[in-house]
Amino acid sequence: MFDTGKVIAGLVIFVALVTFPIWGSLGGNAEKPKLVMPTNAEQCVESVEFMRANHMQLLDDWRQDVVRNGNRTYTSTNGTKFDMSLSATDKKSCTSCHTSKEQFCDACHNYASVTPYCWECHVEPKENI
Amino acid sequence: MDENRRDFLKKAGVGSLVGLGVVSAIGVVAQNEGNASTPSESNASGKRLGMVIDTTKCKEGCTKCQEICHSIHNVPDFKLSNDSPDLKHEIKWIWKEKFHNTFPSKSDQFTSGNLKQKNFLVLCNHCKDAPCVRVCPTQATFKRPDGIVLMDFHRCIGCRFCMAACPYGSRSFNWMDPREENNEKLVGGIDIDGSFPTRERGVVEKCNLCAERLAKNLKPACVEICPEGALTFGDLNDPNSEIRSILKSNNTIQRKSELGTGPSVFYIV
Repeated sequence: MFDTGKVIAGLVIFVALVTFPIWGSLGGNAEKPKLVMPTNAEQCVESVEFMRANHMQLLDDWRQDVVRNGNRTYTSTNGTKFDMSLSATDKKSCTSCHTSKEQFCDACHNYASVTPYCWECHVEPKENI
Repeated sequence: MDENRRDFLKKAGVGSLVGLGVVSAIGVVAQNEGNASTPSESNASGKRLGMVIDTTKCKEGCTKCQEICHSIHNVPDFKLSNDSPDLKHEIKWIWKEKFHNTFPSKSDQFTSGNLKQKNFLVLCNHCKDAPCVRVCPTQATFKRPDGIVLMDFHRCIGCRFCMAACPYGSRSFNWMDPREENNEKLVGGIDIDGSFPTRERGVVEKCNLCAERLAKNLKPACVEICPEGALTFGDLNDPNSEIRSILKSNNTIQRKSELGTGPSVFYIV
């Protein structure tokens, strides 16, 4: 075979480049998002684990319930009642505790590279600077 | 071929009779299915929220109801470069129209002068048998059990079938982003009311009869703010309601009632 050395060297470089996304992330460089948690409440509408995994489903259920079924009160699994609202300012809503979209919603959404379009219509909370 | 013309015609005749019978049987079955789900029947009982507008009390030049409605519902104000209203992109929930536009079938050759001059308050009629609900392909527009024709903005795909179907022009399309570029204000420099969402480009919108206020046991904002008490809101299906007593003691008309949409907004003219 001609040019064995060059071919093998080329193959090694090629494989190294193609697998870069795999070994490049081994170092654990990507920092986990840090969320600023609310100071005015102890507990969200459900447990942290549930909210972390299912908040999108919960919000979708809420919108269905409020807009289509006209039911605006949510009873959580431990029996507490909440107003179902993402961003209303005239009553308790998600954003009355999570007062910063940037430091709460965006922190994870940017990390996970998801772009929900809630805020195209819903009014994001005024950042208290 | 040993078939003669006579036999052929006989067979063809029998065949076509059978065919016609099958087609009409299918037609009958399909019609029965259709009848079972007419929207007006499913809403025969329960509430039917509506409004009476006493146009003799409504003051010419007063725009209080329009202002409050558009400000609490974040309705933008598109303007042309010379500061006149941009009618092509206009968004309106409640506004005023001339008599011949409000009641086209009732304007006659000799309509009295003050009727011709007057502007009439118009809004979504929350029809009993709403054509917009019928045509909406995503069911973004739907009829609530209390009679409100409501929109789920999340589901609107902006096809504008509803705008073509509505005989009252009660619907507006967001041709442009209703928010200013920095997201801080609505187009027209209007402050955003945080208690109600805005819309985005490509969505249709209309009056929601203040569904969000009714949930808090408040009357619609236009009814509440009218200084003349020209607007009365209530349940048309409740024979003891205030609105029904007004309807009983006054001559009222509806807009384009001949179309059979069953408007829930009545006018004392």
